[in-house]
Amino acid sequence: MIDWSFGGGIFIAKYNYWISILLMLIGFYAMIAKGNLLKKVIGLNIFQTAIILFFVSLGDATLGSWGKGVTEPIVKGTLPWAAGGIVEHGVVYANPLPHVLMLTAIVVGAATTAVALALIIRMYEEYGTIEEEEIIEKERELGV
Amino acid sequence: MILSVVEQFPVLVIVVSLLSAFTILIAGWLNKKSCWVISFATILVQLVMAVFILHHVLTVGTIHYWLGGWSPPWGIEYVVDALNAYILVIVLSLALICVTYSKRSIAHELPQKIVSFYTLYQLLVTGLCGVTVTGDIFNMYVFIEIFSLSAYALIASRGKIALKASFTYLVLGSIGACFFLLGIGFLYSVTGSLNMHDLSLILPPLYENKVVQAAFVFFVVGLSIKMALFPLHTWLPDAHSFAPSEISAMLSGIIIEVSTYALIRVSFSVYTVAFIKLLPIFDFLCWVAAFGIIIGSVLAIAQYNLKRMLAYSSVSQMGYIMLAVGLSTSTHSALWGGLTPALMHILNHALMKGCLFLVAGAFIYKAELWNITDFQGLGRKMPYTCAAFMLAAISMIGVPPSVGFVSKVYIILACLESGKFIFVAVMLLSSLLNLVYFWRVIETMYMKRGEGEERSHSHSSSSKIDEIPLSMLIPVLTLAGLCIIMGVVWLTEIPLPILDQVNALFGLGRYAIP
Amino acid sequence: MEQLIPIPYRPLLAILCPAIGSIFIVLFGKRPNIRESWTMLASIAQFLIVFSMVPIVIGGNGEPIKYTLFTAFPSVDFGFSVDAFGLIFAITSSFLWILVSSYSIGYMRSLHEHAQTRYYFCFCWAIFGAVGVALSGNLFTMFVFYEILTVSTYPLVAHDQTPEALFAGRKYLAYLLTAGGFFLAAVVITYYFTGTTDFVTGGIPNLASEASRTALMALFALFLLGFMKAAWMPFHSWLPTAMVAPTPVSALLHAVAVVKAGVFGIVRVVCYIYGVDLMHGLGLGLVLACLATFTIIVANLFALAQDNLKRRLAYSTINQLSLIIFGVALLSPEGIEGAMMHIPFHGFMKITLFMCAGAIIVVSGKKNISEMAGIGKEMPVTMIAFTIGALGMCALPPTAGYITHHFFVHGCEEAGGTMSFFPYVLLIAAILDVMYFFPIIYTAFFAKSEGSSGSKINEAPLFMLVPIAITATVSIIFFFYPDLFHISELVETAVSSLGGVHP
Repeated sequence: MIDWSFGGGIFIAKYNYWISILLMLIGFYAMIAKGNLLKKVIGLNIFQTAIILFFVSLGDATLGSWGKGVTEPIVKGTLPWAAGGIVEHGVVYANPLPHVLMLTAIVVGAATTAVALALIIRMYEEYGTIEEEEIIEKERELGV
Repeated sequence: MILSVVEQFPVLVIVVSLLSAFTILIAGWLNKKSCWVISFATILVQLVMAVFILHHVLTVGTIHYWLGGWSPPWGIEYVVDALNAYILVIVLSLALICVTYSKRSIAHELPQKIVSFYTLYQLLVTGLCGVTVTGDIFNMYVFIEIFSLSAYALIASRGKIALKASFTYLVLGSIGACFFLLGIGFLYSVTGSLNMHDLSLILPPLYENKVVQAAFVFFVVGLSIKMALFPLHTWLPDAHSFAPSEISAMLSGIIIEVSTYALIRVSFSVYTVAFIKLLPIFDFLCWVAAFGIIIGSVLAIAQYNLKRMLAYSSVSQMGYIMLAVGLSTSTHSALWGGLTPALMHILNHALMKGCLFLVAGAFIYKAELWNITDFQGLGRKMPYTCAAFMLAAISMIGVPPSVGFVSKVYIILACLESGKFIFVAVMLLSSLLNLVYFWRVIETMYMKRGEGEERSHSHSSSSKIDEIPLSMLIPVLTLAGLCIIMGVVWLTEIPLPILDQVNALFGLGRYAIP
Repeated sequence: MEQLIPIPYRPLLAILCPAIGSIFIVLFGKRPNIRESWTMLASIAQFLIVFSMVPIVIGGNGEPIKYTLFTAFPSVDFGFSVDAFGLIFAITSSFLWILVSSYSIGYMRSLHEHAQTRYYFCFCWAIFGAVGVALSGNLFTMFVFYEILTVSTYPLVAHDQTPEALFAGRKYLAYLLTAGGFFLAAVVITYYFTGTTDFVTGGIPNLASEASRTALMALFALFLLGFMKAAWMPFHSWLPTAMVAPTPVSALLHAVAVVKAGVFGIVRVVCYIYGVDLMHGLGLGLVLACLATFTIIVANLFALAQDNLKRRLAYSTINQLSLIIFGVALLSPEGIEGAMMHIPFHGFMKITLFMCAGAIIVVSGKKNISEMAGIGKEMPVTMIAFTIGALGMCALPPTAGYITHHFFVHGCEEAGGTMSFFPYVLLIAAILDVMYFFPIIYTAFFAKSEGSSGSKINEAPLFMLVPIAITATVSIIFFFYPDLFHISELVETAVSSLGGVHP
């Protein structure tokens, strides 16, 4: 299951991680390089989604886990709902915990986006633009 | 499991605060004036609880509270030991002082937004308390986001340029929080646990694992953004200077400190000293902090806006704290060993910077004075406020017997013990730089004469005393007084047993295994 | 008295006098008479309490009076330890404070100065710091008071609030708080090496064994930098600049309290931290002596070039301070005796000079020597007092200055070796002293004033004149009877308990 040998296999077998890293970098790039505030927020969203994806794929028995731990159930024995990604009665369960955690993370992400959008709207009302450069310029004109 | 009443307090601190936030929202519809009362009362109750918690922790021992009765590692656990209890008291004390101060200043500055201000303020306090008491690392992330989100909104509350400042903080803060979350994910993927204590038991055999090490780096970087450690401080000056003053005081005095607490907690409770000695991260942190100290101070000198200057000074002061944290693993003295200097400075900085920002707010409240050059003659017009500023400023410079002096001595002793003489020089240089930028303000307030102001020979000079209202003055003077009183109290070593317990908990200082 | 105040509390009480006084001064800020009587009261009370400790210390054979407030670090107490040497400085500061308080009243009122409450308030705290330095029992306590002294003097230096005064204040703080940083580093390093910062007669025993030679040298350099208050060259320039302060400030603080605190600190470090033996072993005595003589000569040359009377006096102060350092640097009993004695003696003489300069400013507004032609006829008492002070500076009898120079020369002989060369330097210095003091006297008494306003006597107010007369008289009395205020007895006690002083 755990394959740390740096063969070509790691790229394919762990494709979920590569995807989330790629998404993360895209989001990061957008946040840093884009001047448009809205694009920054989109970047932020991509970044957060990438992390959510990472967590969610952790829970999956066929994809998850670098080391020991996740694939082992946190409660061993007769509680099927708690058995994370183990074969019990011939059924592969995904570990539900990371998924549940991500519900919270999604909520947090939504809240962050909401606040960010609210700020952007107010800035648009104030300055008539959502380009960072232009806002800074207008501030300078106002002499702050 | 039968718990004494005090052992219920950790969760009550959060619940009461959270409920109160929504109560304020509802009550505010009916009567705007009730908002302040509810907020004040809640924080007062919380503070009383925090003091009880601290007492309990010191006399009986660590409090464990299982949320919903689920035993860890499945359920969320609140763990309060000496470290949290100490931080919790600081958080709530400053929160109480700021809320007292806010009554008049918010009514003056944001009359339209009183209800939302106090709702958010209460949420902010909830988040800060939550980070402090929780023993579950994911729960910590959630609370970090709660206080961050309320902080973003509060910073933006003045509108205009503050919006931009808030947005920058939001983007950077979210990146920081995401890094933190990523670190959690890494740890979870190798351990399958989120409970800090549980993690600290599972992790030791895995310390060589690259994933575990990478997770630590993510934690450090993520929280460094949150605590505005140089060079990740870029969001801080704008956010501090354009927020309402009580929020600036909270930001500088508590919010970045709580992030520091989170780092300390992760470093020593999730990971352990053994792990930190494995990697040179703390040595690296020391150097980063030293640069932060100097560059923060130099940038502060370049500022003309008082609040902005104070903000840069915070960058420098966070350097002090991180330097002390960085040195904590290499000192073994009973007195200045381990985390003692760092935790000491967390309190001291909260007092000093809290006071300074509130004074800056007082100037804005009275006369919309933002720039240092406009402060001429304030020493006579607002004698008490200016005296408070002076006390806090000389504390920052480190004149004995103020709190700043005590921190300075302890950190210098720690530097000496770990043999890093260069940081002694950094500390001394920094107090000189502090002198430069604080004295400039004091000189303008007391010594410079305004243009056209006649040299008045009589005592009853024409400028009348025009002080801020009492409800703002009392918090300011309390903090200023504490800057000196706490300095003497530290010197008498009365509060040190608390910090000693923290060291005992983490195996630092004299409890370190050589 | 013994029943009135238990002995161990006396140091604390002596320190608290100005602190309590300052509170009342602020409370009665609007009523000058009451305010100033509080100053007088505090100063007199302080002097009495300080003086009451003299017999105890002399009788106790060098056993200091100890009082500990609390322990700040293991074996570092925040507390006082009054020994003979500390008392000398404390007596000087507190006695002269009485006189200067009276002088201040005359000076400040005559010139209608502004912000007088602030002035008296800060003055109290400066004295608080100075006497605290004198009575503190270890380096740590001393550092605390040393910094308080620095900060509380700033408003006095910048009192005028003119750009010039502000600049002076800034320079003052920059120099002295930087020095404070070095001092703090030195204190902490000493503590790190030895685990104590107490003043021990003969030096901290384990200092030599704990630190390497190089480290001790470096530490001493740190201490010296820390005592920039002693205005040794090339770190002296804050002192002439600070002369923009009102004259009573220049008189008490920049001739006695502040600068002497620096010198006092150096003596403390040499005799009570390093110890004479260790200083000898490291060869630091000669280094210090060279530094001091360099300052003595150069300061005198600078003084020659000054026309502003107060600035000239400031350079003379720099010279005399280094003389004290020089005395200690000889590391011989007589040299140290001379140094300790010069602290009060120079205090009395220099304060006379400054107060005379202030009196001239009050009466005629003249600040420059070239304008002072014939002023001796106008203000005979003042100028006679000035002459006495000047004679003292030049080490001529019958003034206190002669006595200490006597000790210094003997000290050089005692020290022997290279040190026996130094009396010639002292001679040159004395000649230079004469060269810049006698012209003043000549101008005042013999030069013809241009717009001669007749020789109508026009003296300063009595509040100012009486202190001037007292200090001038005391300067002469010291010549005939050095044991006034038990000074010489205290010096004997201090030096004899130093032990191990080299022959």
